[in-house]
Amino acid sequence: MNWAEFFSMGGRGAFVWGSYGAFALAVVIEIALLVRRTRKGRENP
Amino acid sequence: MNAVLPVAILPNAELVVERGAWVALKRDLKISMAGKGELAQALAFLVIVASLFPLAVGPETMLLKRIAAGVVWVAALLAVLLTLPRLFASDYADGTLEQLLLSPYPLPLIVAGKILGHWLTTGLPLTLVAPLLGVQYGLEGAELAILMLGLLLGTPVLSMIGAIGAALTLGLRGASILMALLVLPLYVPVLIFGAGAAGQVQAAMDPTANLSLLGACLLFGALAAPFAAAAALKISLD
Amino acid sequence: MKIYRYASPTLFYPLAGALWPWFAGFAAILGAVGLYMSFFVAPTDFQQGEVYRIIFIHVPSAWMGMFIYLVMAFYGVLALSFNTRISAMMMHALAPTGAMFTFIALLTGALWGRPTWGTYWIWDARMTSTLILLFLYLGFMALTHAIDDTRRADRAGALLAIVGSVNIPIIYFSVKWWNSLHQSTSVSPGTAPKMAQIMLITMLVMVFACWAYSIAMALVRVRALIREREAGAVLEGTQ
Repeated sequence: MNWAEFFSMGGRGAFVWGSYGAFALAVVIEIALLVRRTRKGRENP
Repeated sequence: MNAVLPVAILPNAELVVERGAWVALKRDLKISMAGKGELAQALAFLVIVASLFPLAVGPETMLLKRIAAGVVWVAALLAVLLTLPRLFASDYADGTLEQLLLSPYPLPLIVAGKILGHWLTTGLPLTLVAPLLGVQYGLEGAELAILMLGLLLGTPVLSMIGAIGAALTLGLRGASILMALLVLPLYVPVLIFGAGAAGQVQAAMDPTANLSLLGACLLFGALAAPFAAAAALKISLD
Repeated sequence: MKIYRYASPTLFYPLAGALWPWFAGFAAILGAVGLYMSFFVAPTDFQQGEVYRIIFIHVPSAWMGMFIYLVMAFYGVLALSFNTRISAMMMHALAPTGAMFTFIALLTGALWGRPTWGTYWIWDARMTSTLILLFLYLGFMALTHAIDDTRRADRAGALLAIVGSVNIPIIYFSVKWWNSLHQSTSVSPGTAPKMAQIMLITMLVMVFACWAYSIAMALVRVRALIREREAGAVLEGTQ
């Protein structure tokens, strides 16, 4: 498995990893915001 | 503002229903005529916005001809958007709107009357003024005619969709911009068909398809919008 | 029928609490499988090389954005017809996730477009309709947040979602129409590479992963909403 080739993705690494990265980031942010909202709800009965 | 609606018990139910819309329409027209200043402002806005584009992109004739229909349509859209709040605002402020909800006349019909009144005092004048703008942009003859025809068919739809937005945002903080946010995506088909028709004439093609689609939007809007707007009013006022 | 009991928020709360971990688990597993397949199973495309792999995010996101909005509208119909509080809450719970997917669809579309067709943004029918869909989501969230009265917010949101969903096919059709009118260039962007079956399967796995994720998020969010709203009620499973 040629990791260098894998990361470069045919020279378009920025676009591919940018996309997957943005998606991962969006998911993480959404989950984090929801966790915060749930915690706030628990604190204020 | 006169809040009395004649609660006449007429033997003929259809007459009652017609009178509801007619009464609402007459009232709104009277109010709108009294507010001639607002109409003049809407027209002035249209003219000013349309004048901004040549200043922004340069006076090159071919370019202006290309963007003419689009600019006029977007300017008309924005002008209608600016006048939409007053569709329900003044009646809401003095409590008339709540009384209208209680009246025996079907609410969709009253709303239809209001929409018609709004169009007669906003969309129709815009349509009549539009050819002047078209001339400024170098449009001629058939191009102007189709531009006008498109606006004639489309501006009522703008009032109809706008009524739903105005009813939903009744009384909210920042209602105008929120209403614009809600209503502009829904305006997109009308814009596409209307500006498209004018554009096709410019390209020496047949605009019938676009105009028919506009007509379809008008029919669909006329049937559905009063009910949706009436439902929205009930939601906002309950 | 027993299922109608769950229209009550206090009864739905524990049900949602029991269900969401399962969907979260499915999402994680399917997501892991899908990601593995995206990079190690799906072959290099003949025309587009490696960059096409973005579609494994782009297409599922676009589908979810559209699908979630329709589900929201469905809950809106339920909310207005049956006046059940839980229907309106599910509608509110779905909106942020749908908006997120729509935004990602737009972003990944741009990142796919640039290396493949030269420009970040292409005014084709699908991208433009997706952009308008994002506006519809933002409008829904703006309206429901601007209204203080919960009941009015629920019903206004429901009406807006319904009106929006009725307009989505009209908007899509009009944008497609607009696009075909102005199609001057020969390149027709938005066409995915000829899909080998393995690519389709990978995409389906990702779609199901996103679907499970959306359900899990909606269930957790509706629980938070129930907590926020039904402050006085006794909720099973809370301390």
